[in-house]
Amino acid sequence: MTGTTHLEHPQAHLLRTDRFPHIWCPTCGIGTVLKCFIDAVDKAELDYDRMAIVSGIGCTGRVAGYVKLDSYHTTHGRAIPFATGLKLANRDLKVVVFSGDGDLSAIGGNHLIHAARRNMDITVVCVNNFIYGMTGGQAAPTTPSPANTSTTPHGAYEPPFSLPSLLEACGAVYIARWTSLHVRRLTKSLTEALLKPGFSFVEAVAPCSTLYARRNRLGTGFDLMKFYHDHSCIEHDAETAKLAIDYQKTIKVGRFLDIERPTWHQLNDRQHLDTLGDDYYRAAEAKAAQQEEVDHVEA
Amino acid sequence: MASADPKRVLTGSHYLDGDHACTEGALSAGCDFVGGYPITPSTEVVERFAARVPKVGGTFIQMEDEIASITAVLGAVWGGAKAMTVTSGPGFSLMMENIGLGAMLETPCVVVNVQRGGPSTGLPTMVGQSDIMQARWGSHGDYEIIALAPQSPQEAYYLTIDAFNLSEQYRVPVMVMLDECIGHMTERVVIPEASEIEITPRRMTDAAVGEYLPYKVGADMIPAMAHAGDGHRYHVTGLTHDERGYPVMSAECHDGLVRRLCDKIRDNADEIVRLEEDGVDGCEVAVICYGITSRVTRAAIDGARANGVKVGCIRLLTIWPFCETRIRELAPEVKAFVVPEINYGQLSLEVERCAAGQAKVTLVPHMGGNVHDPADIQRAIEEAAR
Repeated sequence: MTGTTHLEHPQAHLLRTDRFPHIWCPTCGIGTVLKCFIDAVDKAELDYDRMAIVSGIGCTGRVAGYVKLDSYHTTHGRAIPFATGLKLANRDLKVVVFSGDGDLSAIGGNHLIHAARRNMDITVVCVNNFIYGMTGGQAAPTTPSPANTSTTPHGAYEPPFSLPSLLEACGAVYIARWTSLHVRRLTKSLTEALLKPGFSFVEAVAPCSTLYARRNRLGTGFDLMKFYHDHSCIEHDAETAKLAIDYQKTIKVGRFLDIERPTWHQLNDRQHLDTLGDDYYRAAEAKAAQQEEVDHVEA
Repeated sequence: MASADPKRVLTGSHYLDGDHACTEGALSAGCDFVGGYPITPSTEVVERFAARVPKVGGTFIQMEDEIASITAVLGAVWGGAKAMTVTSGPGFSLMMENIGLGAMLETPCVVVNVQRGGPSTGLPTMVGQSDIMQARWGSHGDYEIIALAPQSPQEAYYLTIDAFNLSEQYRVPVMVMLDECIGHMTERVVIPEASEIEITPRRMTDAAVGEYLPYKVGADMIPAMAHAGDGHRYHVTGLTHDERGYPVMSAECHDGLVRRLCDKIRDNADEIVRLEEDGVDGCEVAVICYGITSRVTRAAIDGARANGVKVGCIRLLTIWPFCETRIRELAPEVKAFVVPEINYGQLSLEVERCAAGQAKVTLVPHMGGNVHDPADIQRAIEEAAR
């Protein structure tokens, strides 16, 4: 063909375009969330060389493989402990976990709650499509009742997790939820999460038209976007106990939580400085950080 | 080779149990990260690390389970740490999937298993040597690891240093297979000057930014590493991958990768394997032993020799890779191998494989909870010599 112009992908600076085409289906929401994430990295003005991104397994688990940062595609459910290790080895890194609802909240659920409890300084981006996509459409801990999945062929009946409620109870300091329709707002929340010290969590509700929508006859990708448009309700600071997502009902979105709590590193430094004094190997840095806090409060 | 950091080395003569000696070995080796989860009889290793590390530099974190512990260790290594986790049977089982990830990503790290009696919860406070095969085969797929077996607290100290060094040299998880007896046995442990301790540095890449390929190898089959934050912005994955670290789902790529993961250890086995031999030349019966059982075996060998049996002893400091070459060499020359172990037959199967029918192999099993009665081993030696 003559006259073809090869345009560079507008996010080529942070995408491994040499790995394209990617594996995601047409109308999948993961790519949109990734686009918002890359915009957020730039809006937050983060140093690409001082970042690491970690994924588990699943459709969203493939995100790490497409992002041109130090990127780690680990085992199913274990992105968070891997990210914890990275952060503990090098506290100057901005460490992001990017994975799916099943990976993070089912097999990885124990790590999710404990990382939030510790207020480990990582950002967790959870794409929630209510289903296991990679393995062919099985029920997840997020599947609303009575959705049809390949392992709930007669309809799901277990109550799903409300992830914001779970994570507030565990101790996260930043919690937001948007859908993949809310591109601008999702980008803003991801930017805030990336800049927030401590455990920040952004849930991005995204369509899986190949499996979830097809099995439940919810229409095409366009229909799903229209559903988000008609059924999302922005409610910032909403009580997280009231954010459950029922089947084909209103999806409450917004920034639900943004609080201050000392991070794992701050607590670790404080405790060791208190008990060991100058014997603590980071005594000088820990004292300087404490002084900075005092100055900040006084100012 | 570099030498150890003096502030991490507790030079002097100490009275330590094997667990604590193992911690000191790790600190001497430069270990600055431990992720662990409490489990008897290994907990003393992490307790000592938690007490010591804030003074010498590094991090201890008690994770939510053993799966998180080993995975945090892998993350810490890619973040630039020298890292170890410590456990016993049930926790070792939980770690297996991510030990496979460690082998696949070629992550240098150390896993200490203070063995107790199994299966399942088994004998939590009592000795076992029944995780030998699990150490080698516990994760799915084909891969190789290295495993060492100390016979004393002093050796727990040295072999833990060796474990770190081997993990860096071959970029592979290395296991220190302690057992409850050695772990809880207190003896004199002499820790040398830091300058006398050799440390194998990590194989770091010298590639320019933009040119680093995480799994490009030369003739030695071992790739050079880059840490997160070094500016290379590389990708690694547990999927079958090419030298860029990118997933490639082809039989050809898989063939090359699996062969390399195995051959980088197999082809260097003679280099890695360390044995201690006593009276093997011209012996009729060779005893193959390791860990606490090698100490019990001494009494049996003395007894058999007093009764006129020509018996030699090969003690394995390296369990994996198995000392295949030596067993194959000896098989045509001895009447029998006698293998006492605190299990119902594990390493004896390897001896049988390598003896290949040329010498009889007698297992002296002992199910755990305590050590063998030396008389049982002596009887097996004397019967094998007949």
